[in-house]
Amino acid sequence: MQDIIIVGGGIIGVMIARKLSQYDLNVLLIEKENDVGNVTSMANSAIIHSGYDPIPGTLKAKLNVLGNKQFDLICKQLDVDFKRIGTITVCLDENDVFKLEALKNRASENNVEAFLLSKEELLKLEPNLSDNVVKGLFCPSGGIIDPFNLCVHCMENACENGVKLHLNEEVINISKDGELFSVVTNKDSYKCKIVINAAGYNADKIASFIEKIDFDIIPRKGEYFVLDHFDDSFLNHVIFTLPTNKGKGVLISKTTSNNYIIGPSSEICLKDDYSCDKLTLDSVKISASKMFKNIPFNQTIRTFAGIRATPSTHDFIIEPAKSDKYFINVAGIESPGLVSSPAIADYVIDNLISPILVLKKKKNYNPNVRKYVHFLKLSLDEQNELIKKDKDFSKIICNCEKVTLGEVKDVLNRYVKPQTIKAIKKRTRAGFGKCQSGFCQANVLDILANYYHVSPLEILYDKNGSNIIYSLTKNNGDKND
Amino acid sequence: MINKDLVIIGGGSAGLAAAIKARQEGIKDILIIEKDGNLGGILNQCIHNGFGLEIFNEELTGPEYAYRFKQIVKDKKIEYLLNTSILSLDKGFFIKYINESGVSICHAKCIIFAGGCYEKNAGAINLMGDRPSGIFTAGCAQKYINIKGYMPAKKVVILGSGDIGLITARRMTLEGANVLAVLEIMPYSNGLNRNIKQCLDDFNIPLYLSYTVKKVIGKSRLEKIIAGKVDENLNFIDGEEIEFDCDTLLLSVGLVPNISILNNLGIEVSSAKGPKVDEIMQTNVSGLFAAGNCVHVHDLVDFVTNEGYLAGFGAALYLKNQLKEDLNIDVVARNNVSYVVPNKIKYSSNKELEFKFRVKKPCKNVDIIIKNNDKIIKKVYKLALLPSQMENIKINTTNSPLKDGMITIDIETRA
Repeated sequence: MQDIIIVGGGIIGVMIARKLSQYDLNVLLIEKENDVGNVTSMANSAIIHSGYDPIPGTLKAKLNVLGNKQFDLICKQLDVDFKRIGTITVCLDENDVFKLEALKNRASENNVEAFLLSKEELLKLEPNLSDNVVKGLFCPSGGIIDPFNLCVHCMENACENGVKLHLNEEVINISKDGELFSVVTNKDSYKCKIVINAAGYNADKIASFIEKIDFDIIPRKGEYFVLDHFDDSFLNHVIFTLPTNKGKGVLISKTTSNNYIIGPSSEICLKDDYSCDKLTLDSVKISASKMFKNIPFNQTIRTFAGIRATPSTHDFIIEPAKSDKYFINVAGIESPGLVSSPAIADYVIDNLISPILVLKKKKNYNPNVRKYVHFLKLSLDEQNELIKKDKDFSKIICNCEKVTLGEVKDVLNRYVKPQTIKAIKKRTRAGFGKCQSGFCQANVLDILANYYHVSPLEILYDKNGSNIIYSLTKNNGDKND
Repeated sequence: MINKDLVIIGGGSAGLAAAIKARQEGIKDILIIEKDGNLGGILNQCIHNGFGLEIFNEELTGPEYAYRFKQIVKDKKIEYLLNTSILSLDKGFFIKYINESGVSICHAKCIIFAGGCYEKNAGAINLMGDRPSGIFTAGCAQKYINIKGYMPAKKVVILGSGDIGLITARRMTLEGANVLAVLEIMPYSNGLNRNIKQCLDDFNIPLYLSYTVKKVIGKSRLEKIIAGKVDENLNFIDGEEIEFDCDTLLLSVGLVPNISILNNLGIEVSSAKGPKVDEIMQTNVSGLFAAGNCVHVHDLVDFVTNEGYLAGFGAALYLKNQLKEDLNIDVVARNNVSYVVPNKIKYSSNKELEFKFRVKKPCKNVDIIIKNNDKIIKKVYKLALLPSQMENIKINTTNSPLKDGMITIDIETRA
């Protein structure tokens, strides 16, 4: 029997799992995808918002600000790239200055440091800002993060501290059986005292297993451009347009890997619609070009879409089911969900779990992950020391991003093992460069097949069914290399 | 740190030719750095024939063509490192590279960059629709089939009628795949005529001109392609759509010089997206030469080899201190000419000059006119010019020396 089952391994599920792992509890996290952080947590702007934007008094406002403060420590413990580069919200029309000033007031109410800057001051910070910029709101506590490794390392740390993770397992029913829940999946069934529903845009479906719910989750798609690294100094902050009722609007930002990201759009969509379309991306292009000059869209290496789990209630839904306080919904976590996630986990544990379950701290809890190797960031001597120990660090697998075989093998030998080409890409950046894995994909496929002792036919690109190879070629048996 | 007179980055066709020529010209201290486990570069995965017609007057496979040059490099005992990647290349020619022995820094007096090109991919062309597996660049599919022995396709649509796409269409057909169509956004093909004949016509594979992919559909593996017809401005024409049920989309939509490793050196880039070079393949950075597909993408490997020879020759002159800059001429591609190599003429001692270029759009019944300032120095009539075909025009300046200023390449249609 489990004390707690968490449904969903996005950033919310894994953050709750990690925070729970400091207590003496049996915790199981069930995720239907073949990797953690593989849906909404993977495809977003990767921004740690300062918290100037959410309406004061909402959970969004409170948890955003509390969450933001935790990221320096979390990223140190989890060895995740994070930089507080600051955000600038720009106003391009004299008539909209009052909106910017309202945002400044909102920031003060939310206790977020924010400064109104004049055009001259803005251009000093960002010389490529549009000539039309009139005024801007600078929030130094905003930052950028590597969202892929945040999820993976967070789950890894939770696992190291005793949480169990079941990937590729979909919850198909939950019912109450006396004091306990019976959680039925496509593979097995489990008993537990508490269920935490962190199922992202499927949270409405999971919640409905227990009772008739009075909220909806509306999937809203955002489409983005990713540009190659072309000039590290092209842009220094996250640049936002003024927010609208549809969201924070289009932003342009550097990523922790020195790429540039431009987006998102905001359109209501079907739950599994990750398609990109030209009209939408063209409108993103136009919005971004209005606030920033000379964006080199010819450096685009990828376009993608992510889906936000927008709640019909307009605020995060973090509360027990109406009929059962042991069933906890953490639903409708749209932006600023990523930044709020550590504070959401605290809120769930302090306000919703601790009143109903005895929480006893573990003696041997370790909040730190085993350090990752970032080969390129090491000094020459450190690099050579490492190669002396392990020749795999001398073999470059991805030439665009300079990723070594040693780094790929390191992530394979962790708690949350990458099972797919995409999972390797998210963790190590192999295939993230301008050739988009044209050169290295075949080699990564072989590394996975060898590691798992399976046929190359079984290796997936991403989701189940995304196999790459259908058969061996006619003369494959005759090859001698 | 080690020191070398000449370091050649890339052991493919351009790099090997450059090394051989430089050695012939008396350069002893040469090092070739190659990232793969074998010299020859991309030739090793091009197991089809058709290589060497210009240089050897016979049709070789890619590996056979590479073998001839590899043997010369070995016979001449030119030093090379395999499985060695460049980590960085800094001003002053400090080359940081990595291989089994560790990370090393080599200082070179002179560098020939021969790093080849990469394929434009789904991201670069803003392919719309879902993001399933089954979308490969043609070269990536070629590597799966020819190097790994894996078949990644059953029902295939190919986007782009460039040569790699055409050759991969045939290869896939021979491996039992069903190639449903080749789509080409332009109203003309971008492949060599012989490849259209031998790779498509002989296998009854239809070529759809003025068509491109409008949307890809598939949640996990590719399931369907919606192709749309485009007008002369390359905008989709409403209602002109064809659906293909397929599991694979091969992209053969162009190659781009792979020069990001040169970013720290301050090179000037040409409209071919490679470094600007002078008539002996020297870039604007003194002592840095470049050759092959990293300068401009070639149709035939034979031309790459010749360009490698030229860079090797130039680097040798540089190292022997025999270069005397006495001209200052910019070479400019005009009207329908998309780029020209070289971009600069600097040495009056070179009497034989070769200009390589492509047209932007197909044209018929034209004169190629090369002028030095306003004086016509060469005029060549052509029945037809195609963007898919690199043109080269040679001029000899023995009797009429060039003057400082400009050389222009124009295309004029005859009345």
